[in-house]
Amino acid sequence: MTNHHPLDFDKNVSRALNDRQLIKNIKSAMATLVSKRKAIFSDAAETERLRTLGNALKKTALSKLPQLLEQLEEKCNQNGIQVHWAETAAEANQLVLDIMKSHGATLLVKGKSMVSEEMELNAFLQKNGIEALETDLGEFIIQLNNERPAHIIVPAIHKNKDQISKIFHDHIPDAPYTEDVAELTAIARKTLRQKFYQADVGLSGVNFAVAETGTLCLVENEGNGRLCTTVPGVHIALMGLEKVVEKLVDLPPLLRLLIGSATGQLVTTYVNMITSARKQGEKDGPKEVHLIILDNGRSKIYADTRRRETLQCIRCGTCLNHCPVYNRIGGHAYGYIYPGPIGKILNPQIEGLRAAGVLASASSLCNACEEVCPVKIQIPDLIRRIRNESYSKDSTCTIEGHGYKRNLAEVLAWKVWQTINTHPLINAAGLKILNVLGMKIPKIGPLKDWIRYRTTPELAKKSLHELIKQHGVDHE
Amino acid sequence: MSEASRHRIFSRLQAATRQDTTPVSQLPELPIKTYSPKEKIERLITLMEAMRTEVHTTAAENWLDTVEDVLKVREAKRLLYAPGTEIGEALEHQWENAAADLPQLIPYKQDIEQLKEMVFNVDAGITSAAGAIAETGALILWPTEQEPRLMSIVPPLHIAVLKADTIHNSLLEVMQKENWPAKMPSNVVLVSGPSKTADIEMTLAFGVHGPKELIVLILED
Amino acid sequence: MSRYPEKPQKVYYYGTCLVDMMYPEAGLAGIKLLQQEGVKVIFPSGQTCCGQPAYNSGFPDEARAVAGKQIELFPEDYPIVVPSGSCAGMMRHHYPKLFDGDPDFDRIINFSQRIFELSEFLVHALNIKLQDRGAPIKVTWHSSCHALREMGIIEDSKSLIRQLKNVDLIELQHETECCGFGGTFAVKQPAISAAMVKDKTDDIRQTGAVRLITGDCGCLMNISGAMQFDNIRIGGQHLAEFIWERINDKPSPA
Repeated sequence: MTNHHPLDFDKNVSRALNDRQLIKNIKSAMATLVSKRKAIFSDAAETERLRTLGNALKKTALSKLPQLLEQLEEKCNQNGIQVHWAETAAEANQLVLDIMKSHGATLLVKGKSMVSEEMELNAFLQKNGIEALETDLGEFIIQLNNERPAHIIVPAIHKNKDQISKIFHDHIPDAPYTEDVAELTAIARKTLRQKFYQADVGLSGVNFAVAETGTLCLVENEGNGRLCTTVPGVHIALMGLEKVVEKLVDLPPLLRLLIGSATGQLVTTYVNMITSARKQGEKDGPKEVHLIILDNGRSKIYADTRRRETLQCIRCGTCLNHCPVYNRIGGHAYGYIYPGPIGKILNPQIEGLRAAGVLASASSLCNACEEVCPVKIQIPDLIRRIRNESYSKDSTCTIEGHGYKRNLAEVLAWKVWQTINTHPLINAAGLKILNVLGMKIPKIGPLKDWIRYRTTPELAKKSLHELIKQHGVDHE
Repeated sequence: MSEASRHRIFSRLQAATRQDTTPVSQLPELPIKTYSPKEKIERLITLMEAMRTEVHTTAAENWLDTVEDVLKVREAKRLLYAPGTEIGEALEHQWENAAADLPQLIPYKQDIEQLKEMVFNVDAGITSAAGAIAETGALILWPTEQEPRLMSIVPPLHIAVLKADTIHNSLLEVMQKENWPAKMPSNVVLVSGPSKTADIEMTLAFGVHGPKELIVLILED
Repeated sequence: MSRYPEKPQKVYYYGTCLVDMMYPEAGLAGIKLLQQEGVKVIFPSGQTCCGQPAYNSGFPDEARAVAGKQIELFPEDYPIVVPSGSCAGMMRHHYPKLFDGDPDFDRIINFSQRIFELSEFLVHALNIKLQDRGAPIKVTWHSSCHALREMGIIEDSKSLIRQLKNVDLIELQHETECCGFGGTFAVKQPAISAAMVKDKTDDIRQTGAVRLITGDCGCLMNISGAMQFDNIRIGGQHLAEFIWERINDKPSPA
């Protein structure tokens, strides 16, 4: 569990919906990502086979998770990679700090790592006198502006060029004001090159960790990841424990799925496979490599064989891109580090229902996410599961905080609904009464919210049941 | 602390798998697309050029001339290379009779700790490519003691020399054919073009942190 | 598709609760279309709701109780035709999940496999041929998410409209995007839902269509309600009712 300001989702939604620039930026970017994905997965049959394979590979790996993690640890140790285990984000943060301190290091250069955001690593290190500098361009931009990422893959997606130009000009000393993308990029390159040069420690995430060989596989387009993991004398890799896969040959289809779904490419500029620290005789590469494996609630998700599917996620971000809700409120509104459909199921399970359960209500269950998930996670079913547990005090519930939403009004309403709909005669009588009252549904409760934006729905004078009888249809 | 955490994490995971009776999925096989030798080269070039790589195909005996040309055009002053390799020795030999407008050859023959400032100030680095992948359009870089990792990522220009007959159909194929699981080195990198980003308004920009330019020489015999 | 029955003599009809309460003419039109193809239609009168509202809102026990009652009413091995992709999707794809572990699971599976949405049934089981007798008209089509993704029938529905030779079907630019109804979503997250339906109505307007046709009454209620609220003079109509009027040359209720 991480410390968070309590989530005021309604307020966040309201703010987002009224931010025209945000909506414009997000919609435009999402449209691009959606069309790129469509183009790179143009063969429907092949795509379906790939997704089926991706799903099978992740399910199989998860079914052997403890065994694969043991194998990964053993292989890494054999190759000289030190493996650490962190049950909580706080422990993981401390591990990073301890490694930094043991080298007297005060500057950490970071490749993009969503797990490090989940840990809130940067803030922790800063409190302890260490500069944790983001080097991925999108992360660099939002770090300058003291913001959190708005998307899993493209962190600064909510900002347009003008806004970024201003951020650079305001926060980078001596940076001239420019809106030219090539010039902005050159400023970032120049500023960060010095830091790569100076830093004693580099940090990265892990896209896939291969148990068979003890290999950490990372994908990127910019090259900052390779610099972070090769220039400094120490490399720290952070991963959630669900990122382990069984064999090296599992990588090609998973890479194709991840990269195609995330950026619409066949392959990223760089696919980086790290299997050890600098060996005897080699001239560069870090002399020390550390792998920190983080639990932070994942083993509890794992314990439930249905909810375990959540851990299949390879963090491609495509569910966000296709989600009509994400498209309208952006990433920050979700309040926790993982936005979009995956956020709706992951955050409540990590943070507990009281803290994040509300996110599961922000879905029309349109299934757009499920349709494109590269590893076929049945996200809408998991959203329903979270909704079920939000209302149920049943002992079969397994998510922390279950039953938090249970209230007399809703329980009663659904019991009444059940009674009406299991007693057809009551149903028919009820409709007749409403008709007598003037063909209108009472404007209470949910109807109040409906009529803020729509006209009141009208009841028909005669129900279908009645028309059936009138028209002589066999009604047994 | 790490040990105790490890124990607790594994206890939970193992308890869960003990109870789990879900059948393991059958892993479907995906067909490997195969290309003819000519198709491999063409596809590699098409895909890499789409990622803004500059590709030159040259007869095996002429590759040094191409290297000279690309360096002269850019007025490169310092070229980082790996002595003790096939490429390194060829360069040393060629440069013996070199004209003045060729860059100085900088040998990567010390540890990075001694060479850092130089490595960060060369104009180009030249390495071999251990092979390439036609399906996705990527080079395979296999750094060694002679050809260290930073050569292909720090300099603003990376020149990679690839033999045409080392182009494979797919990553899966080369992993299986060459038995990678048995011999993974410290680092293997697939490279498909110069460094780039679309983080600013989804607009493509090159040379963010890695090389601004990637030049590939495909050697045909 | 081989899973469709060939020219069945009898079918059950599941009206759905929204059709029953608010769009009964659409329900009746669906029945008449089936009857005109020589099929005997049986409408078990005890039917009420498929249970989806409770199922999606976190009340599976209540959903199960209601769903169980529906299943009992359709005992014979006839196909069950449903004028809604959303309810058809619920009964076809979600009943097996809802009743997972139930001792009577086989009966539930049998029920689910007999469920067909109206468009797909007219096209694939009855091979219906439509003669358009109406005046020229421009329409656009909206598919519910469940018709699109769970039942996969958008092309079946549009093919029926395209058979009507005086009907000009203009496709939406964002055809696959949710209209924002989502059942209780529209009232649990009203502001987000409103933003979604606004984009949908903007899309409808830019087609130049005078009428929106859809196969799902939840979407219809949502989109029509929003258009009326904003004084947009575009009518909304269920596909079954639209087809019936076109082939019978009745005046359209714009």
